[in-house]
Amino acid sequence: MSAAHQSNPDRPHPDKWIKVLPEGLYVEPGGFYIDPVRPVERAVVTHGHSDHARPGNRHVLATPGTLAIMRQRMGEGVGGSLQALEYDESLRIGDVAVRLVPAGHVLGSAQVVMEHAGSRVVVSGDYKRRLDRTCAPFEPVPCDVFVTEATFGLPVFRHPPDLGEVQKLLHSMALFPERSHVVGVYALGKCQRLITLLRAAGYDRPIWLHGALEPLCRLYGSLGVELGELRPATVAAKEDLKGALVLAPPAAVADRWARRLADPVVAMASGWMRVRQRARQRGVELPLVISDHADWDELCQTLEDVGAPEVWVTHGREEALVHYATSRGIRARALALIGFEDEDSEGVTGGAAGGEAS
Amino acid sequence: MNRFAALIDALVFMPSRNGKIRLLVEHFATTPDPDRGWALAALTGALTFREAKPAAIRELAATRVDPDLLALSYDYVGDLAETVALIWPERPERANSLPPSLNEVVEGLQAAKRGQVMGLVEGWLDTLDSSGRFALLKLITGALRIGVSARLAKTALAEWGRAARPEVSVDDVEEVWHGLTAPYPELFAWLEGRVERPASGSGAGFRPMMLSHPLEEEDRAALDPAAYAAEWKWDGIRVQLVARGGERRLYSRTGDDVSGAFPDIVDHMSFDAVLDGELLVARDGVVAPFNDLQQRLNRKTVTAQMLRDGPAWVRLYDILFDGDEDLRGLSFVERRARLERWYGAVQPRRMDLSPLVPFDRWDELVALREGARENGIEGLMLKRRDSAYLAGRPKGPWFKWKRGALTLDTVMMYAQRGHGKRSSYYSDYTFGVWRGEELVPVGKAYSGFTDAELIELDRWVRNHTTRRYGPVREVEAGLVLEVAFDSVHPSNRHKSGLAMRFPRIHRIRWDKPAHEADRLETLAAMVVG
Ligand SMILES: [Zn+2]
Ligand SMILES: [Zn+2]
Repeated sequence: MSAAHQSNPDRPHPDKWIKVLPEGLYVEPGGFYIDPVRPVERAVVTHGHSDHARPGNRHVLATPGTLAIMRQRMGEGVGGSLQALEYDESLRIGDVAVRLVPAGHVLGSAQVVMEHAGSRVVVSGDYKRRLDRTCAPFEPVPCDVFVTEATFGLPVFRHPPDLGEVQKLLHSMALFPERSHVVGVYALGKCQRLITLLRAAGYDRPIWLHGALEPLCRLYGSLGVELGELRPATVAAKEDLKGALVLAPPAAVADRWARRLADPVVAMASGWMRVRQRARQRGVELPLVISDHADWDELCQTLEDVGAPEVWVTHGREEALVHYATSRGIRARALALIGFEDEDSEGVTGGAAGGEAS
Repeated sequence: MNRFAALIDALVFMPSRNGKIRLLVEHFATTPDPDRGWALAALTGALTFREAKPAAIRELAATRVDPDLLALSYDYVGDLAETVALIWPERPERANSLPPSLNEVVEGLQAAKRGQVMGLVEGWLDTLDSSGRFALLKLITGALRIGVSARLAKTALAEWGRAARPEVSVDDVEEVWHGLTAPYPELFAWLEGRVERPASGSGAGFRPMMLSHPLEEEDRAALDPAAYAAEWKWDGIRVQLVARGGERRLYSRTGDDVSGAFPDIVDHMSFDAVLDGELLVARDGVVAPFNDLQQRLNRKTVTAQMLRDGPAWVRLYDILFDGDEDLRGLSFVERRARLERWYGAVQPRRMDLSPLVPFDRWDELVALREGARENGIEGLMLKRRDSAYLAGRPKGPWFKWKRGALTLDTVMMYAQRGHGKRSSYYSDYTFGVWRGEELVPVGKAYSGFTDAELIELDRWVRNHTTRRYGPVREVEAGLVLEVAFDSVHPSNRHKSGLAMRFPRIHRIRWDKPAHEADRLETLAAMVVG
């Protein structure tokens, strides 16, 4: 199929019309960028994490959920005109038919499905495949070129069932009832997802929040995501936080902020927690492998599900996924997009504002 | 195996000693025999079976996983057991392939012949989850080092046992445990109050040692010199030599079996007695620096070269058993006489008697102690002449009187976050001294200051950071730390060529300019021997 592309001038290969420029991934016949890292005239934004949704673009197209998140996080700086596109509605931009399809990553997150000159290209943005009560589930869309992330693109990353990880947390709280448990979570997505997982596991006590987590929880609540009783930890008395469950941005849990807590058990909810050495470097006592990205098996499964003969890898650990795809007879290459943070750097750059989810 | 794996996982991440004890107590309380006993043995290094080589594990993994993906993953993770545990393909659950119990694993490995081990391991890896695989691979490679000492395990056992037997002490546990073999069903039955205390004393087990208190100046004023004997405190490690019924063991102060590392001592234990002494490295009767002994510690096997370069020696302090006769109830003076008589009769090789230091008045000892700067002497021991050999650290009969510590003015260079309660503070400091115009690091300390001082130090670090490397901050050369340490030795592991023993912060010299701190030459002049 792809060989036919190259020899047919009426059906140009997608690498003729989708390009990697310094601003990001550029869709030439539509005149727009997807998740640009610098301000541009026209941007299509897959989801609200700060390395994908940046301020200052003239026109922004995204799902209503993503736009609400962007307004919440950026206020005035969000950009010029904002245009909402519901999931599965089609819109023509220039010479490209654009559709946004759920990516299952965080509330509002979308894959960008584009049709042009007889080819269909899907840009996944960040995605995951497992159940998340805070957002619509990922939908595989058959395509000619699948442009995928690979944050956890190594076969050692296999996220265990979420319920088991939540049970680990509840077990620790039973074993150390006098200590508070503070869990590092990204402000957008991970925080709200962990809360819904805890509620589904039957935990109905109040959950205490670091101030940086409050606005997005309120927003999720107003968009219909039920989170139960939440209380501000920042103003709480030390005595109240004994035995309590506290959520905070990753950078705050090991820092001075955590001193207000009673002898805290430091936990972190992230796909990186799968690797013990990484968890220990972060000073984590209770690692919880809960991720908003596809793990290795899900990345591989998704390549099967979309059935694309060609795969481009945007960011993450591309080498292993390119190797795997090639071994399955799929044409694959790394785009080496820059500007998408490796979560490694989070501790230093300060994750309170959100940063990349994991 | 699943319970054991969960325990290992929790222990790996638990920073605090009390937390580790809590995890162990929970494990003993909720895990049946014999698995809890095997877990205890595995954690304290008391299990022996045919181990697997890392290369064999890598080869096994390559039969299941694309070798390129395995290599990329190993590069990223950095630990082979962990890589294989994470990457091993999960099998769909089948009703007839339950994960093995720890008992099955241990018995299987103990019975396995050469060439059978990897076959067993492969079958187990297929039924375990990733935590179970990690625990199994660490177990079979003998790399289960997760910060649980024998002492910690015994403390946890005693704490758990007190629910049924309120009178149980750590020393009781120690004594009973060492008479038994894994998986210790009698030990658990006793601590649960189901059977009487198992007999001890006949086996080659460890007997809890008698320990001393540091001598404070005000204590000494109250002591009658005539009631005490004095002897040198040697700078090695306290050991117990047990030779009973054909078995020979060398134990550390905490009851860890170190026999394997010191065959040159064990070979000469052709007697029937239990002795207390100091393990040293000595050449032609001259004690070598502690560093030389360090080279021989924590080794499972020793090479001929190590035996030649660092010959071990034991300087005897005391005798606990002569044959079957328990001497621990006798007074120090009586035991000393028995020790001298025993030594004269047996004449063991590679051992000598630690001489008594005669004195009449304290000031004579003060002078002797200050004068003793040669290798191998850490200070003096004072022992009440009428004291029986008691387990633990009773206050009064024995004192250690270390010679004065050395001190040096150093400059803080790096600070690192602490662990556990201190994980939000910069509490571990690397300090250096001047060599020409530059600072060279000479040591690291994380104790010796108060909580209030820690808060000030932490603030200083945050306000004077020049660079960050993960959890480490480099700071301006602006704060002088007066460091105390017991001695200093040449070392090729440090850039400065010197290593301090037991450095701790003595005083924070907020007042002193950094350029007035000490120079490397000053430290080098403090090297002894
Ligand atoms: Zn991303
Ligand atoms: Zn994201």
